[in-house]
Amino acid sequence: MSVKTIAGKEVNVSEEGYLEDMSQWNEEIANEIATEIGIELTDKHFEVINYLREKTAAKEALTIRKVGKSGIVDIKGLYKLFPKGPLKFSSKIAGIPKPTSCI
Amino acid sequence: MKKLLILGAGTSGTMMANHLIKKLPKTEWEITIIDQYKTHYYQPGFLFLPFDIYTENQVKKVGKKFIPKGVNYIQKKIEQIFPEENKVELEDETLNYDVLIIATGSKIAPEETEGLIGPLWKKDIFDFYTYEGSLALRNKLRDWQGGKLVVHITEMPIKCPVAPLEFAFLADSYFRKKGIRDNVDISYVTPLTGAFTKPTCSTALAYLLKEKDIHLEPDFAIMEVDNEKKEIVDYEDRRIPFDLLVTVPTNMGDELIEKSGLGDDLNFIPTHHNTLQSEAHENIFVIGDATNVPASKAGSVAHFQAETLTDNILLYIDGYPLKEEFDGHANCFIETGNNKALLIDFNYVTEPVHGKFPFAKIGPLRLLKESIFNHWGKLAFRWIYWNMLLKGIPIPFVHRHMSFKGKVFDIKPDMK
Repeated sequence: MSVKTIAGKEVNVSEEGYLEDMSQWNEEIANEIATEIGIELTDKHFEVINYLREKTAAKEALTIRKVGKSGIVDIKGLYKLFPKGPLKFSSKIAGIPKPTSCI
Repeated sequence: MKKLLILGAGTSGTMMANHLIKKLPKTEWEITIIDQYKTHYYQPGFLFLPFDIYTENQVKKVGKKFIPKGVNYIQKKIEQIFPEENKVELEDETLNYDVLIIATGSKIAPEETEGLIGPLWKKDIFDFYTYEGSLALRNKLRDWQGGKLVVHITEMPIKCPVAPLEFAFLADSYFRKKGIRDNVDISYVTPLTGAFTKPTCSTALAYLLKEKDIHLEPDFAIMEVDNEKKEIVDYEDRRIPFDLLVTVPTNMGDELIEKSGLGDDLNFIPTHHNTLQSEAHENIFVIGDATNVPASKAGSVAHFQAETLTDNILLYIDGYPLKEEFDGHANCFIETGNNKALLIDFNYVTEPVHGKFPFAKIGPLRLLKESIFNHWGKLAFRWIYWNMLLKGIPIPFVHRHMSFKGKVFDIKPDMK
């Protein structure tokens, strides 16, 4: 774990740049992480991001399927918003932990 | 008489029957377990069956052998649970309960992926999460001369999340032994960011893929199987060709859960992470793969859960608050091929680490490092499963909580 300044705010991040504490997140941070990845955030992006944050706060596991059934966007649409790794990049931008397996 | 029903006589249900028959007063409680299937499978063995390491008879036994005396065992299909009425409907009778334990597990749902059950299913596309699939794959591998082998995970969560990676490692050894490894390309395709997603593991184990010449395809969420071109296709039209596809289809809870309105979108039941009480009904408890808790869906996890759940059932019926003690503990052997294995020990919050197990500093098993000893441990576990685990006999020195004794926090993940 290390401390990084993103959008002028000091936040704790993992080795791969995921926020360790989702309460340190704000929209400016989201925008800066997104720019680093090469994504320009629209309202639709934020709808997905807010959905992910809500479900994470409720301790629900996130899957691509779940987002696809959220009513916000289907899976194809999710890929269009966050190309080459939708869950990975959307999680990073949403300030929630990276989806992991057991090892 | 009060009634406790257990739905499902797999690993979790059988363990609960064995635990509770010893703990609940026989004059007050009647325990009934229900499962339509006669055969109890040793599911970890499905990993070894395709490579002729285990035989059919080593992975199945008659389930009745493991249900203790004093427990009613009903072999019937369960139609529906009516949680508001405390009733369970079977194919030809309805049972009432005071306490219900749901242990209906998870199973593959290949129909969830377009084109998976098509002309190539069981010809060039196989699963190894069912007895039939694993056996059919064994027969295929016996004659297969080589080509592109794709080992693939459809989506998370899956039972035993590390099994597909073990399959790829064992395949490497199997083809080397056969002398045809040069004719086989092995790819590992995952919807996750890598074969190893936890920083300690990717640092400590990344060498394995290189050493075994396994090609990694991360971030692949399958949309369909193109049977004509023999390719799997993702939502961005990324295509991976295969000659032999070994896939882990979507895993889902039983359709009974959906029918009864108790599950999430994958039919897993919302369950308290630490007490194992269902979130919706206080007299319904859930164990093993049927829960939605973010622990691995694995027998070792069910084993630790069973101990907590037994205590909590007793507390519940006596009107005491439940223990919030289940910590997501898992303790798993991981086959890496060439008669070696790793051992990992972790929980909800702590990543796998180095160290010795079960005795601090002594071992004899080494955590997160390959050894022949760990491989023997994995093979010995089959005996432990049939003779101790299912019967609820405590496994010496292995505790329900993850212990931090003997753990070495020395892995510094690579900075990226």
